[in-house]
This record gives sequence, structure tokens and C-alpha cells, in this order.
Amino acid sequence: MAANYIIEAEGLTKKYDKLVAVDNLNLQIKSGEIYGLLGPNGAGKTTTILMMLGLSEPTAGRVLVDGYNSTTQPIKVKQTTGYLPDNIGFYEDLTGRENLRFIARLNGVPGKYMDERIDSALERVGLLDVGDKAAGTYSRGMRQRLGIADLLVKDPKVVILDEPTLGLDPEGIEYMLQLIRDLSKKDGRTVLISSHLLHQVQRVCDRVGIFVKGRLLASGPIDTLADQVFGKDSYMLELKSDSHGKELFKLINSIPGVLDVTAESDKLVIKSEKDIRRELTVKMFESGFTLLHLRLLERELDDIYRKYFEKKEGLDARPNLQRVRSAVQ
Amino acid sequence: MRGPIYSGLGVLYSKEVSDHLRSKRFMIILVLVGIICLSSIYSAGLGIREAINKQSDDFIFLKLFSSSGDFIPSFASFISFLGPLIGLSLGFDAINGERARGTLNRLLAQPIHRDTVIIGKFLAGTSILSIMVLSLGVAVAGLGIIMTGIPPSFEEIGRLTVYLVLTVIYIGIWYAISLMFSLVFRQTATSALAGIALWLFMAVFVGLLAGIIANGLYPVNNNPSIETVLKHESLKQNLSRVSPLVIYNEAVTTILNPGVRTMGLIMSSQLEGAIAGTLPLGQSMLLIWAHFVTMAAMIMTCFAISYIIFMRQEIRAA
Repeated sequence: MAANYIIEAEGLTKKYDKLVAVDNLNLQIKSGEIYGLLGPNGAGKTTTILMMLGLSEPTAGRVLVDGYNSTTQPIKVKQTTGYLPDNIGFYEDLTGRENLRFIARLNGVPGKYMDERIDSALERVGLLDVGDKAAGTYSRGMRQRLGIADLLVKDPKVVILDEPTLGLDPEGIEYMLQLIRDLSKKDGRTVLISSHLLHQVQRVCDRVGIFVKGRLLASGPIDTLADQVFGKDSYMLELKSDSHGKELFKLINSIPGVLDVTAESDKLVIKSEKDIRRELTVKMFESGFTLLHLRLLERELDDIYRKYFEKKEGLDARPNLQRVRSAVQ
Repeated sequence: MRGPIYSGLGVLYSKEVSDHLRSKRFMIILVLVGIICLSSIYSAGLGIREAINKQSDDFIFLKLFSSSGDFIPSFASFISFLGPLIGLSLGFDAINGERARGTLNRLLAQPIHRDTVIIGKFLAGTSILSIMVLSLGVAVAGLGIIMTGIPPSFEEIGRLTVYLVLTVIYIGIWYAISLMFSLVFRQTATSALAGIALWLFMAVFVGLLAGIIANGLYPVNNNPSIETVLKHESLKQNLSRVSPLVIYNEAVTTILNPGVRTMGLIMSSQLEGAIAGTLPLGQSMLLIWAHFVTMAAMIMTCFAISYIIFMRQEIRAA
């Protein structure tokens, strides 16, 4: 197991004139895992993907996909990698089946297996009954699923999905996430998802990387990311009550283990050494406070994500609100 | 499987060809051109029937293509004017259309080289217009035989073949231009308009401009010396040869009229002692060989530019 990593980026950099789209990216993705590359729009995610596929030339550094250099051996890379672009397009006059057949031919799928493979791909994404309709009549969700069928026909080792859930309805998102999970867990493919829709994607990812302004700020399983952000032994609670007076502060500070209480807009954020939720609620009840909202800020990617932006505030002097808004979308 | 370098070229080529053949655009052009050609050949045929009785002429069959009826221009001048439209309409959205529909990056993510795409498109387009021109030419020739009752001589068949090849190259120039525009302009409407603008410029304004420039350099006023007139004319002719239409028209005139011996002005002293007669095909070919080469070079230049742009262009649509 020497080549444990199926995608490896080393010092990957892309500059457009003066704009640095991707800045010295180092990224390793293990074979068979689902990796989420998360970041706001314009962070350089699509540029990174295009460089992985050899569709765009890096200014510096290199990417290896399954051991092949994307810049010098793009054909080999494109044979092992399937790509679902954001805003995927199909030949609208052709039927879904014909679109898939075209891709199958380009990938040299032997003629005798072709129809069989196309049918099974269509069936898996639930488009078998509309396979003979023109792709131009498909809805957004159907197009996205046809895109997955497109990958299944190609049958690649590595799958790269760019904003796979963008613009889908809740049901469509569920379906899509299930398909993505199957791509990895059932078929054993490596999946790389790029997205800015955090909580959708975090549910399927084994590991995620936070990618902002061309730089990978953190990378790892979601749990350890939380540790990186919040510190290993501290808990963060978000609390809302009917009154946020001095007495409440006093009460909270009196609980053993509480390190810090700060007011953030209409909520209080409590930092503590241990989980104080039980004690807190009991004490609040006894003192006659009404608890309106209580949440453990921690294991959710949204919080991690936001926290990262807060940390970054100090680094580049940008208005707070704007950054948070772009992060949360 | 095909060779490793151009794997996928065949697949892409056949898809492009079938796309063209199935497109409504292609049907519209075919019907339009078909109607125009049939009407021009019909009216020319009517005129020729009368002419045959009056004079005995060689190459009557070629006249079907080059002579005009009372109201309708000749087949050759129709094609020279409408050919650009065929070429432009086949290619104006070749690349930017794919980009706009989002199929380009999906296509390029398949294991093919980037130039396979543009080569496949170019080959498919030129095949389509070759098929169109050749079948149109054969149909028209057949109609001519029925109408006049005169079978073409071998020389006429040769000249017709050369004429059709010239036409394919001519329309190919416009196809290459539109392919180039589809790379330069991101919007399909813009590239279509740019193509039409260039077409009108080449058809109408190049001649006018050449005249103005020639007038400025060698003014032909009320008593010009013979040298000035000659220089004026040759400058004007050479300038207007920038336009593919002019080159094509010169070549077609020469190939369809065996009597044409030279292009441009000729002095009566040069004609003195010349025996009236027609040129054999080989001699006509010698006259227009430069035209052939120029037109082929125009296609290659446009294609080379497109190729370079396409290879260097960023894939991202945004």
C-alpha cells in the first residue's frame, strides 16, 4: 500500500494575471474515501478541479491522479476520472440515452456491453423510463442525475463532483446524496465533492477540507476539524433566554467549569471545560429564566466554517458581516 | 479502435455529422439553396433553348451554370453570393454554443485530446458542405440534361468538377471563418452577426474601398495616361482580391467560360493577331491556379488561428 493516496496535489498554484486563484495547495485524498472540498464561491474550487483533470494548466506545482500527472498525462487522468461539472450541459436534441451512448463511445466502451451498461446506469439514477426523451426536456434534478449516469457509464476510479446539489429541491438533494454515497461505498470509487453547501455535503463526506481564497485552511475528518477550531477540551454553547441581564451572566459564571460568556447579537455564547447543559438548565429554571434556545456549537460544519471566517477576520481586515454572509450564503 | 493520438476523433466526427444532418438549420438551408438553384437553372435553361437554335456554340452545357435568365441571376452568381451564408450558418455556434450549453467541459473531461474536438468539428463541417455542394451540382447537371437534351462533353464534365471543388473550398473558407468567430466571441449571436457583417463587407464594400484607394493613388480624371489607367486597374483588382468572393468569382468565370483568357484590363494591341478560340481545361487551370492556392491558404489560416485560440483558451465559462 505504497500509493495510499489516489489524488495528490503538491504546491499547486494557479495565477490569473495578478489574481491568485489557487495558492500553494497541498492535498491528499485517500483511495475510496469521500472528500469534501468546501468553500465559498470564488474560492478556487473549480479551478483546482480543472487542474486535476488537466483542463487547466497550473502556474506551479503538480497534481497526481492515480499516479499520473494531470498536466503531462491528461488522457490517462481523464480515463480514470469522471467529472460532473456544475451547470452540467447535455446535447438537448439528443435523448438521455443517446447522450450517454456518445460518452460511452468516446470512452471506448465495447459495443456489446454498451446498451447493457447504459440501461443499468439509467436504472440506478431512476431515469430508465425517460431515457428516450430529449435531454432538453429534463428538469434540473433529472439533468443532475443524468450526469451521475454519465459517470456510471464511464465507470471511473475517481469521481469529481462540482456543486452536485446546487439548485435541487430537498428531495432531489436526498436522492443525489444517496447516489454519491453509493458511488463510494457500493462501488468503491474515490469521490471528491466541491461545494459551498456545507450541511448537505457534510453528511456524506469522510473528510473535508476548508478552502478559502485559494488556500486550504484545514483538512481532516469533521470531528478533528472541530477540535482544530474550538480547541480539544472546550465546549461552546449557544443560548437564548427571555432576559440577558447581568443576573444571567452571574448565574452562568457561577457554574463550575465555565470559562467565558460573551454576548453575540441576541444570543449568549458560553465556553466551558465540560458539558454544563444539565446544570445550566436546572439553575436557569430555578432562578425563573425561560430557556428559548440552547445548542452545542461544535460538531456541525457550519459552525466550524463560520469560526474559520471569524479567525480569518484578524488576518485580513474585511468587514465582519460581509465575510460571514458569503460563508453562509 | 483508432490510433492513440486521435482516439475519439471518429466518434466525435460521426456525432457532428449526424447533428448537422438532423438539425433544422441544415434543412432550412438545403431547401432555400435548392429552390434558388433550381429556379436559376430553369430560367437559364429556357434562355438556352432559344439560343441553341440561333447559334452553334461549344460548351452549351456550361452556360446553364453561368448564364442568367431574364430576371434571375445565374447559378454561379447565386452560389457565390449565398455560399457564405451556408458556411457561416454551419459553424457560427460550433464552440461557443457548446460552451454556453455547458457541454464543452463535459466533453473535454473525456479521454480525448483537446484538438480532437476542433479537428472533428472542422472535418464534419467540411464533409457536410462537400456533400451538399456535390449533390446540388449533380442534381442541377441532371436537370440541365433533361431540359436541354444535350449531354455534356468530357471537357465540360471536367470543368464542372473543378467548379464544384472550387465551390466547396469557397464555402469552406466561410465555414472556417465562422468556426474562428465561434471561438473569438463568447455569444453565439455575436459571432453570427460578425460573420454576416464580414460577408456583407466582402461582398459589397471591399470593391468600393478598393476603388476609392485606387482613385486616390492613381486618379483617373479627364485625360489620364494609359499607364495610370493600368496601374489604377491593377491596384483596384489586387486590393479587391482580399475578398474571397472576388477570388472565387474570377476563378469561376475562368473555369465556366473557356473563352476567358485573362483577368483584368487588356489592351487592344495585346489582342492583335490573337486567334479567337477557347482555352483547353489545363490552360484555364493554369490561369486560376493562384486562386486555388489562395483560397486553400485562407481556409488553413483561419483554421490555424482557431486551433491556436482553442488550445490556449481557458475552459471556464465564467
